[in-house]
Amino acid sequence: MSDGATTGGAASVAPAIELKGISKAFGPVQANKDISIRVMPGTIHGIIGENGAGKSTLMSILYGFYKADAGDIFISGNRTEIPDSQAAIAAGIGMVFQHFKLVENFTVLENVVLGAEDGARLTPSLAKARQLLTELAEEYQLNVDPDATIEELSVGYQQRVEILKALYRKADILILDEPTGVLTPSEADHLFRILKGLRDEGKTIILITHKLREIMDVTDTVSVMRRGEMTATVKTSETNPSELAEMMVGRKVLLRVDKEPAQPKGNVLEVENLSVVDEDGVQRLKNISLNVRAGEIVGIAGVAGNGQSELLEVLGGYRSATGRILLNGEEIDLTGARSDGQTRRARGIAHVPEDRHKEGLILDFFAWENMVFGYHHAPEFQKNPRFMSNAAIKADCEAKMERFDVRPPIPSLAAKNFSGGNQQKIVLAREIERDPDLLLVGQPTRGVDIGAIEFIHQQIVALRDKGKAILLVSVELDEILSLADRIAVMFDGQIMGERLASETNEQELGLLMAGVTQGAA
Amino acid sequence: MDVIPKWADAILIPLISIILAFIISALVILAIGEDPINALQLMVQGTFGNSAGIGFMLFYATNFIFTGLAVAIAFHARLFNIGGEGQAMLGGLGVAFVCLAVPWPHWTIALPFALIGGALFGAGWALIPAWLQAKRGSHIVITTIMFNFIASALLVYLLVEVLKPAGSMDPATPRFPEGAHLPRMSDILGAVGIPFSDAAPVNVSFFIALLACYLFWLLVWRTRLGYEIRAYGQSESAARYAGISPTKIILIAMVISGALAGCMAINNVMAAERLVLNSVEGAGFIGIAVALMGRSHPVGVLLASLLFGFLVQGGAEIDFWTNIPRELIVVVQALVILFTGALDNMVRVPLAKVFLMFRKREA
Amino acid sequence: MDFLTLLQIFDSSVRLATPLLFACLAGLFSERAGIFDIGLEGKMLAAAFFSAAFAAISGSVWVGLLAGIGASLALSLVHGLASITFRGNQLISGVAINFLAAGLTVLIAQSWFQQGGRTPSLSGNARFNEITLPFADAVRDIPYFGPIYADLISGHSILVYVAFLTVPLTWYLLFRTRFGLRLRAVGENPAAVDTAGISVLRLRYSAVAICGVLCGLSGAYLATGLQALFVKDMSSGRGFIALAALIFAKWRPWYALWACLLFGFLQALSLRPDAVEAVTQVKVPGQLLDALPYILTVVILAGFVGKAIPPRAGGEPYVKER
Repeated sequence: MSDGATTGGAASVAPAIELKGISKAFGPVQANKDISIRVMPGTIHGIIGENGAGKSTLMSILYGFYKADAGDIFISGNRTEIPDSQAAIAAGIGMVFQHFKLVENFTVLENVVLGAEDGARLTPSLAKARQLLTELAEEYQLNVDPDATIEELSVGYQQRVEILKALYRKADILILDEPTGVLTPSEADHLFRILKGLRDEGKTIILITHKLREIMDVTDTVSVMRRGEMTATVKTSETNPSELAEMMVGRKVLLRVDKEPAQPKGNVLEVENLSVVDEDGVQRLKNISLNVRAGEIVGIAGVAGNGQSELLEVLGGYRSATGRILLNGEEIDLTGARSDGQTRRARGIAHVPEDRHKEGLILDFFAWENMVFGYHHAPEFQKNPRFMSNAAIKADCEAKMERFDVRPPIPSLAAKNFSGGNQQKIVLAREIERDPDLLLVGQPTRGVDIGAIEFIHQQIVALRDKGKAILLVSVELDEILSLADRIAVMFDGQIMGERLASETNEQELGLLMAGVTQGAA
Repeated sequence: MDVIPKWADAILIPLISIILAFIISALVILAIGEDPINALQLMVQGTFGNSAGIGFMLFYATNFIFTGLAVAIAFHARLFNIGGEGQAMLGGLGVAFVCLAVPWPHWTIALPFALIGGALFGAGWALIPAWLQAKRGSHIVITTIMFNFIASALLVYLLVEVLKPAGSMDPATPRFPEGAHLPRMSDILGAVGIPFSDAAPVNVSFFIALLACYLFWLLVWRTRLGYEIRAYGQSESAARYAGISPTKIILIAMVISGALAGCMAINNVMAAERLVLNSVEGAGFIGIAVALMGRSHPVGVLLASLLFGFLVQGGAEIDFWTNIPRELIVVVQALVILFTGALDNMVRVPLAKVFLMFRKREA
Repeated sequence: MDFLTLLQIFDSSVRLATPLLFACLAGLFSERAGIFDIGLEGKMLAAAFFSAAFAAISGSVWVGLLAGIGASLALSLVHGLASITFRGNQLISGVAINFLAAGLTVLIAQSWFQQGGRTPSLSGNARFNEITLPFADAVRDIPYFGPIYADLISGHSILVYVAFLTVPLTWYLLFRTRFGLRLRAVGENPAAVDTAGISVLRLRYSAVAICGVLCGLSGAYLATGLQALFVKDMSSGRGFIALAALIFAKWRPWYALWACLLFGFLQALSLRPDAVEAVTQVKVPGQLLDALPYILTVVILAGFVGKAIPPRAGGEPYVKER
């Protein structure tokens, strides 16, 4: 834990950042409502809140990405206008976005220099930057090869480049938006050490996250946001996770899913020696073997990008692979005309994809059109061999919306007009109500509010208790631990190990996620 | 939530865009020293002053319905088919081959075969760029443009070197047999006692075009194929997830598109009773404006086609009576494409603000 | 085929490659900045008309050149407005610009000159004349080198040399200057540029403006160098061929040079059916030769390009992410 002493007795010192009465609306949506906050210099200040609470919007205003409708910004006690990112940089603010803002096919050096060049000619700028970069890397232990292109680097290193970019621009205030989403637990710990080091050098750090653990581990002060409002600011040492969770959500929340122990039956899914080489020739899956039995949830844990998405795509029928997949003991075609998603669905595989905006839904389609997406060939939705029966589809949609409590329950509303949680319920209703033998679920609660998370988890457990097999992929370790009965950890396209959920813990899984197998050495 | 209500999205926005296009066209006319009001009067008189004018308008509109639907079906699959011009040329070739192949006994027998011929040739010409896009990733916009140039060279070659009757100086096919002549509107309306000018080339094809509109609507919004085409057009990644094959959709959508463009030939070739050079006269390109203005919906395409039918007929009138060449219509067409297609947000964003203001006032 | 015929074909390849090269580099700037431009054709056409028209009226080709560039720039501005400011569909905007140019040029030509949509023929100072390089006559008699220098390298209009000089200039600007770094970045990931405190808008507009100037040069050369008047639709697909060359060149300046020379060569061949027949020993229909550049464009797009990776943000309007 940090000492927290730096925050004490600093009344005479001007806050590094003070926001007063910030409001911002996007069309009819009020993203920030009258927000005020003081961030003291030389501290790590956490901002926690659910998805859509307005954290990122607030920070984007601070970084000049959006213009606030009302309110003032004070930097070190001086009122400062931040109309654009240029002004934010000039005011000493650096930002590491959740999705990195790097040019993939540029080198580290070029990325760092971009926008902070020394003159019109590039060569001297780059030479000077190289020198400064080496010094910075040494000072803060942020070693990165300056001549590597971004696409060659791992996400952890890409993040370092983002931090270096900010430091190169002489940032005193560093904002990090959900920085650990793409990191292994050990990479995250390394990041936190770097952040503490930066704080001790006198930098001010704002950490935006929705993970309580990170707040408790690394921050000195924490502010909580809920539905666009700032609900509280407290010293981290004077609060605890359940209090924070309550402030985030506005009521007491269940952090664990209620479920009986699993009673698995025979194998539904058997995967043998599955390998995938993608379009760029990179091997994404390396001889994976895995099974899921009826009546159990198998969770795949791992940092994003270690082959989980490819596994789901292969099983869902839209990525070709080599190896063998058996469903209920019968082999499934991995190539050729009968390897497609339609055939998979007909055989009883349902799939809640990881990204509902890109895959699970057509955002401009009506809810009723989305409710048959992928099952639009099913006989009950046809009027005759030529035409679909829109009436039957709408009736079916209405029924499913009611069973899954989709709000508003209007089939003729476009999918984009539902909230994240309700969009996810539409996808879930569509897939679960087909009564599949095997349900593939990717990131079931990403970008979903806590109320809907509980509901979605209950539905998945209920399907398990009906004796169905469920393969769950999630990058949220908490979700895997609370939902899965058995856990397989993926790293670099391989399965590093399998554990029973009741017999493992975060530390053990974290090591496996980083590719470390115990006792292997 | 959507700020702009559906009716405004479907009607108000295109309407404002067209008014803007017309205003700028009027300024262009002013700039070249002519009188836009006078020009408009001439256009209206020349089109609606007598039934021949209306007949010409409907004749042109028939062409644009086919090419507009052709572009529209490709748009639904998020494909930009600029090759309607070439596909329509090839469709003309197909229709000519069919009409010349057999001494047809009656047009009712010849027409279905001519439609098949035109559709096959048009579809074939669209299939190659489609295949190249689906399998080789060649940019369909550029390949379809290239295919327009190639089609035009091919047509010149065939008409000059192969199809031209011996001894004729005119690069055109021989006249089609009597049994392949389509009844004109004057014949059809005359049969029920309504007088209509027999000078106008509008013919039974107009009704086939209306039927095509209806079938288009059925296909896109009532069939599984239409559903899949729209899904693919909205999101390729989602379509893959749902087991919809991108290759299949690209090929089918382009084949339908090419076939529709090819079918236009029953109007401009079969009804003209022979195939001549340059019989398409830019209708393939006007189809782009028509599809954009009509929001890729058959009713919109129909209305936009009628408007362009009027513009082309009126344009011919002012070309005849004033110093404004008929290329004015190309300018109008460009402005319609620009305002309804590319500058959509210029109209949409301020309009959204207006609606938001009203909504707040109500609340 | 004898050496002289070959030299003639190469000579005409160079001339025909020049408008392609200008347009191709124009497209390179635009697309490297993430703005697709299928309106190269229209800008060329507009520039061709205005340069010929103003040259005819003023008697000075330089006035014509400026007018041509101005017209092309104006259309670039429209494209920028549609695709940058209003975040419209860049392909549709390009198509609109092509038609706009096709219509307006004839409309204005008819109004100004009443010659059925063409300009009067240009002569003397109203067109770009050939430049004889130093020693061209002196070395002419040296075998091989002499004719190559005197006929192939010497004896073009100034714009031909400008076009070839634009290649290294483009390379330097793109890869050795701050502007180039930012330009390439904005075509790959505009968010990176925006968060670095640089205006995406200004960068993209500059790229589009450079594209306009180069298209202006291309069109001006067409009407006042390669030919000596404007006629309706005289660009005849060159803008699209330049685009194909750009893809073939994988958006790189030096490759663009070779690609344009190749396409120029194909166009030169189509002008010399006699030479083609002499080599192939087959009677080739003239229409096939006319269509040859277009056919080969398709073949090249289909086959050799393979994995040409366009700038990643190309064609997408930049919207700040929420």
